[in-house]
Amino acid sequence: MAKNVITDEVIEYVGILAKLELSDEEKERAKADMAGMLDYIDMLGELDTSQVEPMSHVFPVSNVFREDVVENGDNREAMLANAPEREEGCYKVPRTFE
Amino acid sequence: MSKQYETVIGLEVHVELATKTKIFCSCSTEFGGEPNTHTCPVCTGMPGSLPVLNKQVVEYAAAVGLATGCQITQYCKFDRKNYFYPDNPQNYQISQLYLPICRNGGVEIETENGKKIVGIHEIHMEEDAGKLIHNEWDDTSLVDFNRSGVPLIEIVSEPDMRSAEEVIAYLEKLRLIIQYLGASDCKLQEGSMRADVNLSVREAGQEAFGTRTEMKNLNSFRAIARAIEGEKNRQIDILESGGKVVQETRRWDDNKECSYAMRSKEDAQDYRYFPEPDLVPVVISDQWLEEIRKKQPEFRDEKRARYKEEYGIPDYDIDIITSEKRLADIFEETIALGCKPKEVSNWLMVETMRLLKEKETDASDIRFSPAHLAALIGLVEQGKINRTVAKGVFEVMFTEDMDPVSYVEEKGLSMVQDEGTLRSTIEEIVKNNPQSVEDYKGGKKKALGFLVGQTMKAMKGKADPAMVNQILLEILG
Repeated sequence: MAKNVITDEVIEYVGILAKLELSDEEKERAKADMAGMLDYIDMLGELDTSQVEPMSHVFPVSNVFREDVVENGDNREAMLANAPEREEGCYKVPRTFE
Repeated sequence: MSKQYETVIGLEVHVELATKTKIFCSCSTEFGGEPNTHTCPVCTGMPGSLPVLNKQVVEYAAAVGLATGCQITQYCKFDRKNYFYPDNPQNYQISQLYLPICRNGGVEIETENGKKIVGIHEIHMEEDAGKLIHNEWDDTSLVDFNRSGVPLIEIVSEPDMRSAEEVIAYLEKLRLIIQYLGASDCKLQEGSMRADVNLSVREAGQEAFGTRTEMKNLNSFRAIARAIEGEKNRQIDILESGGKVVQETRRWDDNKECSYAMRSKEDAQDYRYFPEPDLVPVVISDQWLEEIRKKQPEFRDEKRARYKEEYGIPDYDIDIITSEKRLADIFEETIALGCKPKEVSNWLMVETMRLLKEKETDASDIRFSPAHLAALIGLVEQGKINRTVAKGVFEVMFTEDMDPVSYVEEKGLSMVQDEGTLRSTIEEIVKNNPQSVEDYKGGKKKALGFLVGQTMKAMKGKADPAMVNQILLEILG
């Protein structure tokens, strides 16, 4: 039995954020999966990290820059070749409401 | 309304930086291109593409931070902000959460109630999203990614403002600082400067803040002022009727003068921020920071003091000229060409401001060059043309920026210097207007003005008014 408990409200909300519509059955499965994942991640909390510097990158590299010079030209045809649908030089997608 | 309320306002201001290329790829940032002609695998979020940071973005962001009294984060990083929306092709925005480039600054504003400091919580670098065109008919949206990846800085203020007046003073201050730096043109109407207003109300004397809402879609100072008034009243009405303000994002409709809820505001944790693994940290050394500091220009307040001291022009003139970087630049460059400061300031304040208003354009779009303005002033000073003609020439120069010297020559606008021609014209006028002559001699001094006017008309404006006056007085005895 997982130590973390995912409530109906939480799974509902995560579904909204992820733009996923889950059936009741899928929700139950997702709740169990998420709880299990959180338990697994919680193992990290068992370690004492008070003396460890936070790390975001593995390599000690910094300041990789580009100069501010335009190098790309009009790539539209190549780019739009990836579009599922196109119209008037644009990608055409299902309408989204704000 | 029985209780007294205080409005508490904080601003999130997005500014598009004036770089030539996008923040993470070398696509052009030029505005107005055909849809998707400035795109590449990076700014359309193609799998496997990798961002590389534009150095100029760091320099502009740090420069704005220095100019607004911020501490510069010398070890800073980017983070991913995850959300789903079709204008955001990666499904995340590269932004900064944990180590924004600037923190803890502030700017001084001045309103009728005096001076105060508005704190700046932080400034961070991020990328802009694409543009959506919604099609009502077939329920689709068209996506243009030209704007996707254009560099932005987001300037987050402390909740230090209490009125629309203070908000506008703060925005004006930011706009001028950033314009003077050359880091952006800061045009609200065109979206290169965008303000989101966080507003809450609380009973006067209360310590705790009320629940705030965030308002978007404010693209003019007038809309901002109206939206603040509208939202303040909406929240007070809710509280007065015993209700609770809901934390949400609202969209202001300036035509209908009301706002409506867009979505309930997401909390930071909903964005699942995490360090951006595709970009390495930015380390701003003391030396680099010093180089950026050395490039700081003379800002408005310093310019004001210098103009007063050096050029001795009135405060009123100084305020108008320094209100736009472009005006100040033209002013200084024209003076450098040898013109009298007050003369230059008159052309900028009167004629330029009038034409800008008439043509509904911005000072940053001014086309006439300082050299041509100086030449025009020279023509007047040398007595080649009079002021009335000069105004007409300036009007043409304002749209076409032609050389006024050859224009005056081509159009035959030079003043008639030949006294004989002028004298015979005036004699003719005097002969044809006996009533006015009689009126003048009878003591009606106004009649002289009429005769001068008739003469100027006959000369098609090309006479020196002083000379006309002198000859007229001679003839009338």
